[in-house]
Amino acid sequence: MLDTIILVLDSTFRLSTPLLFACLAGLFSERSGIVDIGLEGKILGSAFAAAAAAYVFQSPWIGLLAGIFVSVLLALIHGYASITQRGNQVVSGVAINFLAAGLTVLLGQAWFSQGGRTPALDSASRFNNIELPFADALADVPVFGPIYANLISGHNILVYASFAAVPLVWWIVFRTRFGLRLRAVGENPSAADTAGLSVTLLRYRATIICGILCGFSGAYLSVAQGAGFIKDMSAGKGFIALAALIFAKWKPVNAMFTCLLFGFLDALAIRLQGQEIPGIGEVPVQVFQALPYVLTVVLLAGFIGRAIPPKASGIPYVKERT
Amino acid sequence: MQVIDLIDQKGRATVAESNVPAIELIGVNKSFGPVHANKDINLVVGKGSIHGIIGENGAGKSTLMSILYGFYNADSGTIKIDGKATTIPDSKSAISQGIGMVHQHFMLVDPFTVLENVILGAEGGALLKDGVANARRELQRLADEYDMTIDPDAVVGELPVGLQQRVEILKALYRGADILILDEPTGVLTPSEADHLFRILRVLRDQGKTVLLITHKLREIMDVTDTVSVMRRGEMVASRKTAETSMEELAELMVGRSVLLEVDKPEVKVGKPLLKVEGLNVRDDRGVLRVKDVSFEVRAGEVLGIAGVSGNGQSELLAALSGITRAESGTMELSGEKLDLAGVHDAAEMRHKGMSHVPEDRHRMGLINQFSEYENSILGYHREPKYSKGMFLDKDAIRKEAKERIEKYDIRPPTTEMTAAKFSGGNQQKIVLAREIECDPDVLLIGQPTRGVDIGAIEYIHNRIMDMRAQGKAVLLVSVELDEIRSLSDRIIVMFDGNVVGERGAEATEQDLGLLMAGVNQEAAE
Repeated sequence: MLDTIILVLDSTFRLSTPLLFACLAGLFSERSGIVDIGLEGKILGSAFAAAAAAYVFQSPWIGLLAGIFVSVLLALIHGYASITQRGNQVVSGVAINFLAAGLTVLLGQAWFSQGGRTPALDSASRFNNIELPFADALADVPVFGPIYANLISGHNILVYASFAAVPLVWWIVFRTRFGLRLRAVGENPSAADTAGLSVTLLRYRATIICGILCGFSGAYLSVAQGAGFIKDMSAGKGFIALAALIFAKWKPVNAMFTCLLFGFLDALAIRLQGQEIPGIGEVPVQVFQALPYVLTVVLLAGFIGRAIPPKASGIPYVKERT
Repeated sequence: MQVIDLIDQKGRATVAESNVPAIELIGVNKSFGPVHANKDINLVVGKGSIHGIIGENGAGKSTLMSILYGFYNADSGTIKIDGKATTIPDSKSAISQGIGMVHQHFMLVDPFTVLENVILGAEGGALLKDGVANARRELQRLADEYDMTIDPDAVVGELPVGLQQRVEILKALYRGADILILDEPTGVLTPSEADHLFRILRVLRDQGKTVLLITHKLREIMDVTDTVSVMRRGEMVASRKTAETSMEELAELMVGRSVLLEVDKPEVKVGKPLLKVEGLNVRDDRGVLRVKDVSFEVRAGEVLGIAGVSGNGQSELLAALSGITRAESGTMELSGEKLDLAGVHDAAEMRHKGMSHVPEDRHRMGLINQFSEYENSILGYHREPKYSKGMFLDKDAIRKEAKERIEKYDIRPPTTEMTAAKFSGGNQQKIVLAREIECDPDVLLIGQPTRGVDIGAIEYIHNRIMDMRAQGKAVLLVSVELDEIRSLSDRIIVMFDGNVVGERGAEATEQDLGLLMAGVNQEAAE
């Protein structure tokens, strides 16, 4: 029984990681007042670039850098459209999703001729699992042993990085000058402007951070969790991350727990696939896949109170004529 | 204090050489596309004085101040601060030159604490921890010095507007402002809060700060300023010492012709009650009881004024009476017909029964900004047979009638085709007023009839309301402008926190009503 639980929790961590990166990415963007539907596209673009670069250079680190680079590039397109040109942020985000979905397959086919995939990565080109010290030695200690050896140890570095990012993001958003200004432009850009701050610059910085974090998320998918890029491999993670962000009320620690919850549902879905649940029978896998969205709607509707987004979110900043 | 030595024939002030002015503007111009918002503005403001700038809405006051605060850049002209020519490309530069501004719509971040709002942009280090302790001490010092106590850890969005404004002032002082610009600061304040603000401004002046007060309220100019400049249609038309001018002169300068400040209120024979409201309770969508057991009646030939600081239930009252929202309980008798306000009814039905409504917020409720004038002129009455040809609108008939109204109400520019958004505030209000009056109602509900409307149009709107009264209609007037309430109403009731806290006659004093509006003296009133 304990083994099963540990197995499910173990894959919960793995499945939460890309969500968590993307959710924190969205947090920066939305806290600054930029709605980002394009998380999905950035993850996908990054996953492709990371896999391609990791294959060519035989290095996961170069893959990660390439993923971040492409993701930031896409973020800057979104930034240019929505900050400089004051366009509709949803439209721009959707455009980025389409751009990424199409370009990755097109370039993948052109460069590698494997039907839009990138070649499979060998273990030297991937982020491999890390055994924490004493994992073997402690494995036989009851209860704690298996938890340490199988659950906490044995993940790749990006999994640890994603969870380490949570307190870091919290600290940046709530304890630094940049964080204060970031939250101010998201709530009332005029206030920031009249306080002598550049709304444009702050929002661009937030957008770039968003791009970097999405880069991690994408690279995780293709060079850590997977071993190469597959068409549409982000599979809606960007959208689930957005749901998680709302669920978490735009707070980093909440975001972590929400992503863990959604990751857990995912893990459960995989675990229960094709299995009989006593009393219910076989549950279609789609039920579990839909659960994050259903949960978000249901819980937001009544249980955890209203999630109030940053007030200026989605509104291009124009100095108004009074 | 000798600030302005000479005022030449054109009203331009010149200043003695010994006394360097805090602010001097020479030939400042600013256009927005075809709109010339500021034309060759000259202005001199003496150090350590309170200088008022008065003008109608759209006269260019706010634009001028935004130029001074670096929010807009002037197209041409010179700005001198403390005698030195300078440029103010952005707000950051304004702040560093000692200029602080309290905007009409506060520039505060609602979910932030007072302290966070004050330090925003002047945090004193990359980590908040470094600056916060300092800021707390400094804030305390300023609060003591200027008699502006405030809890630095209170969340700004939860503070009453008077205190929010205090945060804005402290924010400016914290940044070391020597020149403080206040843009229409009293619009949201009760009379006693406004008095307190003026006391603070006097203290600031006595400490050597320069205060620029922008307003369209003549009384404030007379009460608190040392010198005053008048703007009209983008031009600075005069500068005066306050002690040497009068409300009448300033009003004339603002409008360009003499204005009746007092409304002519003839004797009218009061008839039977046309509107009777009993036991009205209204909850808002969050379930908060906003109107509490309110009862009143309005008789034919009578204007009943409802005074109160905005947000004390007046809006909910109007919405319930006009059929926009459903009340929790209460009845209404309209021209003798009884109606359950908690039952099913809607705004169209109310209009049909002879009750017109000029809503408080004309942009949100009175007009559809992107519709043209003639389309707006029939909103809510579009089902009337005279506007229809079968199942289609009879646009010719509508346009013809709209044209007649434009003429009758002097709506400018006189076109039926321009979208409502492009008319000025006063003319927009006239479009709404024409629509709601011309259908010949028995009862007129009218909310904030002159909010954001210039003086000429105010006079016109007040006269129309008096016409309704003379014709034996019942008028329910809701306004946050005490002067308006007092000059138009036959009887005045005051709302505070959803309750009617007192009723007074037209002769009630401002102090008396002000106390009621502030919620003090509640027992004495009942």
